[in-house]
Amino acid sequence: VTPRGREAAALALHRFGFSPARDSIVAIADDPRGAVLADLERTGAGRLVADLPTSGAAARAVFDFQAERQAEQKLASRAQKAAEAAGEAMPVAAKAALPDGGMRPQQPPLPQQLLQKEAQARFDEAANAKIGFVERFVWFWSNHFCISADKIVAMAGPYEREAIRPHVLGRFADMLQAVESHPAMLFYLDNVQSMGPDSVAGINRDKGLNENLARETLELHTLGVRSGYTQTDVTDFAKVLTGWTWIQPSEPVYGGEFAFVERMHERGDQIVLGKRYPDAGVEQGRAVLADLARHPATARHIAQKLAAHFVADEPPPSLVAKLEKVFLDTGGNLKEVVKSLVIADESWTPERAKLKPPSAWLVSIARITDAQAAIPIGRVLGTQAMLGEALWRPPAPNGYPDTESAWIDGAPRRLDIADDLAGRLANNVDPLALVDSALGPLASADTRETIARAESRKQALALLVMAPEFLRR
Amino acid sequence: MTMTPLHAPSRRQLLLSSGTLFAWAYLPKLARAEGHDPRFLTFILRGALDGLAVAAPVADPGWVALRGDNALTLDSKTPALRLDNFFALHPAMPNLHAMFQAREAIIVHACATPYRERLHFDGQDVLESGLTKPVPSETGWLNRALGGLAPGGRVDPNGSKAFGVGPMTPLVVRGPAPVLSWSPQQVMPASDDTVHRLLALYHHSDQKLALALEEHSKLAAIERAGDMEQMPGGPKPARSPGQARAYFSEVAGTAAKFLAQPDGPRVGALALDGWDTHVNEGIASGRLSQLLGALDDALGAVRTNMGAAWRETVVVLVTEFGRTARINGTDGTDHGTGTVALLVGGALEGGRVIADWPGLKPADLYENRDLKATTDLRAVLKGLLKDHLRADERALAASVFPGSDGVKSMAGLIA
Repeated sequence: VTPRGREAAALALHRFGFSPARDSIVAIADDPRGAVLADLERTGAGRLVADLPTSGAAARAVFDFQAERQAEQKLASRAQKAAEAAGEAMPVAAKAALPDGGMRPQQPPLPQQLLQKEAQARFDEAANAKIGFVERFVWFWSNHFCISADKIVAMAGPYEREAIRPHVLGRFADMLQAVESHPAMLFYLDNVQSMGPDSVAGINRDKGLNENLARETLELHTLGVRSGYTQTDVTDFAKVLTGWTWIQPSEPVYGGEFAFVERMHERGDQIVLGKRYPDAGVEQGRAVLADLARHPATARHIAQKLAAHFVADEPPPSLVAKLEKVFLDTGGNLKEVVKSLVIADESWTPERAKLKPPSAWLVSIARITDAQAAIPIGRVLGTQAMLGEALWRPPAPNGYPDTESAWIDGAPRRLDIADDLAGRLANNVDPLALVDSALGPLASADTRETIARAESRKQALALLVMAPEFLRR
Repeated sequence: MTMTPLHAPSRRQLLLSSGTLFAWAYLPKLARAEGHDPRFLTFILRGALDGLAVAAPVADPGWVALRGDNALTLDSKTPALRLDNFFALHPAMPNLHAMFQAREAIIVHACATPYRERLHFDGQDVLESGLTKPVPSETGWLNRALGGLAPGGRVDPNGSKAFGVGPMTPLVVRGPAPVLSWSPQQVMPASDDTVHRLLALYHHSDQKLALALEEHSKLAAIERAGDMEQMPGGPKPARSPGQARAYFSEVAGTAAKFLAQPDGPRVGALALDGWDTHVNEGIASGRLSQLLGALDDALGAVRTNMGAAWRETVVVLVTEFGRTARINGTDGTDHGTGTVALLVGGALEGGRVIADWPGLKPADLYENRDLKATTDLRAVLKGLLKDHLRADERALAASVFPGSDGVKSMAGLIA
């Protein structure tokens, strides 16, 4: 293993993966590029092996939970009223009639439990990955096609597993179809209520279009902002998508699942981006999505965003051009696109310009410490929120930002978190050995010296995870 | 707006931010048969405390020459507090002084663990493990001492209600005896010392990060000057010194409240960072002075909240090693050897500075730089464990401080 090999290995693990774990720099130093590419060939790459409910099952369970809660509250308020009428405090009999005897169990409510399970599985996957290249790709697409748990908590985790993960090494067109027809997205971007003004349901209920999903699909998910589409395209695409809805989660068997409701669908042909799409029910929308997926503007948009995510906020145009060409040539084969990213020399520039967003940074810490075992997932989620990157809760449909300028002002708060985590983790670590595991040849002499001179293991660990070489990738 | 210099942090920032921690083991029936119910609290002061700045040898003829303007004396602008004919206490520690006068405090000077190198991590390992060398250890001397107390019915195995060894537990209390840990829930700001070290690194290598972190200090300064509302959900920014003092007292006091309870824990440990004063030490007024003041507050809070249990209490404050006898080129001190161990509590035979004083002449100094260690810290700790907690002398030499057969436990510390 050559020093250059180790340096390239450390660079690769930070830039393409979730940063080095113990011994991983040495493990891939013979052929770092080959090791990153090999991550794409793993059986089941991108999938999560965990016992977790489907989005439909989760939505139904949460609906039942909330309905039961409501009934309990109603029962309690009835008993209270009866007691007040009788001029006494809440009677014992009424208390006993409550389903749980009036005692609330200490565990978090079901929606939060589900979210924590999903978050745990996801965090573990990233923290335990050998390299984590495919998992980084999952995170990228999940943010690109984001929804928000603030709006639909039950489906936040299932959505990623169902619509994103199966396609991260497949075709962009398939991911797009899966995403835009997923009940979580349809609910998040308000399409479940959108109906054609001239559809049967629209006429009967005096309701009409909601353009949200159509607009964000064009602007954020495919073509990109200011790529030439017009308001008429948005409106007509929204008409195409009417009837794409879900079955109410209250429905006991299929609640929370996708449904195309013909009754809500605007009848007739529509013209989107100059092309006429005959009315073929749900297939009309599928056809538009298929064309959007292979549109040159989409290829450019995705190429730019991917290169910016992995290499630099302002990526080399030559790299973007390479990715764009592969996207178009292969019909949006995402595996081929990321392969070309790893093969391109521009991706291996020694300058590490990207600042890790908070959540990825936390995973980096977990990969060299006992954080995974020592820090409960509730605390991880709280920390992510405190750092401005709450899991699956971006403030807007464009997801969390991916630029240095968005995150760098959070450095002081990150230091506070680092300091706090270090206090929990530093007892069992050898800080200088950790520098070798985490940074290897990337660590500057200054950084090594600063860590070696720290007044305590705790301070040393905090300084390590806040070192520029650790914060950047 | 003037920027608050980095070296004048709020007390709370320096002390609490660095992960205040409190852990203990239950010993409900300890020594009760003899009519005693002893309490034992250990403060680990990480970073190497400058013992000469805590208890100054004002009557040593070499003292002022050695430290110049940084030498505390009885004639200093803020005079040091007289302890005896030879030593005087830092003026920021009136509570400790009052305890000393009430015969409830002992200062052991020119004291050190057997460790003679100058690396923090290794020094802390020796200090907390109780071993003679910095070899990996999963247990600390305090915990092993508790294990040794089991025979004779002094430890009630059923009294070990809680067994939650968290990852934060300091080494000194880690081990087979059940430990419970407690720490403040919210995330504290990192200490100004850590910020300063990181800033120095950023200035060398990453100007953008340096700029972002500097804003932190500016905001903290503004916040200290005014009294801004706390950011919702985030770490609490530094508070004004008064509020910091109140908050710190609350934390230290909580430890004491636990120990004071009839069925509460009897042994605890608390680790405080921030003592690594290489630059602008601020002995008379500044960083160390503020740190010592906050530490003094902590001792006061412990005494108050112990209530009636104070008379059965011993608190011992120890650090991994001392600092250089002389001031270095940046108005600070570097890693040294001999330092102080501070003992407070109503159970002590106090009012004494215990020192086999080595002197301050160049030839007297260890390697012509550090205060020589003439008292083995293990002798002090063994004396306390033996006479206060009734630990067995042989166990102390065999398992608590292995390899300390030649180090006799110091007698007469407990009243």
